[in-house]
Amino acid sequence: MNTPPDPGRLYREFAKGIWKENPVFVQVLGMCPMLAVTNSAINAVAMGAATAFVLIGSSFLVSLLRSFIPKQVRISTYIIIIATFVTVADFTLKAAVPSVHKELGAFIALIVVNCLILGRQEAFASRNSVRLAVADAIGMAAGFAFALLCLGATREILGSGSLFGHLLFGEHFEPWVIMVLPPGGFIMLGVILLFFGFLRERKIRRRTRVSEEAAS
Amino acid sequence: MNSNLVWIFISAMLVNNFTLYYFLGLCPFFGVSGRLKTAFRLGLATIFVMVITSLCVSFLNAFILPYAPYLRLISFIVVIASTVQFVEMVIKKLSPALFRALGIFLPLITTNCAILYLAISQTKADYSVIEGLVFAVGAGGGFTLALVLMAGLREEVELSNVPAMVKGTALNMIIAGILSLAFMGFAGLFSGT
Repeated sequence: MNTPPDPGRLYREFAKGIWKENPVFVQVLGMCPMLAVTNSAINAVAMGAATAFVLIGSSFLVSLLRSFIPKQVRISTYIIIIATFVTVADFTLKAAVPSVHKELGAFIALIVVNCLILGRQEAFASRNSVRLAVADAIGMAAGFAFALLCLGATREILGSGSLFGHLLFGEHFEPWVIMVLPPGGFIMLGVILLFFGFLRERKIRRRTRVSEEAAS
Repeated sequence: MNSNLVWIFISAMLVNNFTLYYFLGLCPFFGVSGRLKTAFRLGLATIFVMVITSLCVSFLNAFILPYAPYLRLISFIVVIASTVQFVEMVIKKLSPALFRALGIFLPLITTNCAILYLAISQTKADYSVIEGLVFAVGAGGGFTLALVLMAGLREEVELSNVPAMVKGTALNMIIAGILSLAFMGFAGLFSGT
């Protein structure tokens, strides 16, 4: 346990969160904040940053304390650690960027119950060393932020014809209003998941074709 | 006063439906909506947890939190977690079959964001005890309604022939989108008043 993990392993734990085990597109976790705040790209970035702070902080603390936390009360302990970090993030955002805080509303507080964060504590941080846990948390947070940005940017471009508040198409663009409203969130995420399903199917098909050719 | 209560109830249940308008409680919404019966019972358990939480939150807001505002989130989550623990024990005792059917989603009511959101927005709107109770029943009812509708739709979809690529989460998302579209029709319900 005292030997530091090799850099290759650290990198693998980091990289898997972004693509191969992307929390949103592959594991379908943390969907409530995902859909609720992604009606513009700037909200998506703020939410991604706040979640990253909470995830990295609590992963660090949980893996540091993992041998002291009794098994029976571990979930409640994690929740309280997470709630503490969320309170810090909430107050910081309120003081630093009040406009964004107002826009995100209660969803900053709701990071406490984001299943992604609790899931990482239970599945990874509580059984690995501090360095690995932090690498994993950074990877997962980056993957989550990437997914938020994908959905936020698509919905903003389609729904209000702008990106980060800059108009893209000139004044003749007719905004597709439904995309910034709640149903648009569900449908857009459905379409993105469909795309990922398509990629997976194609990969499987290609692999079977290759093995068939190899056999013949 | 009475019309105010009716307004809170209808608003929480239909117009601003927690699941389909605010995207709250999506994990059980997609996780437990496979069977109609289980979905309905999980809805009832959620309503119960919401009502108890609402009462506790009213109490906390009146007596404790004015002195320690930074404890808000932590105290709410502790209240919710203990209520869920209590419900779990009751259901295990009364109906072991239901306990098995709900499985992991029963303890996961703790991390159902709908309940924490209920606590926070009740605090924000400064509801009295009665208003809070009505709000909780309305919100829980709305969650149950969405869950039951979704379960009914999914049971039907299971019988039809869909491409393998679409099956699973992507299809559920799009069904939920259409359901949410339908609920937007309620938006004009109270515009006159």
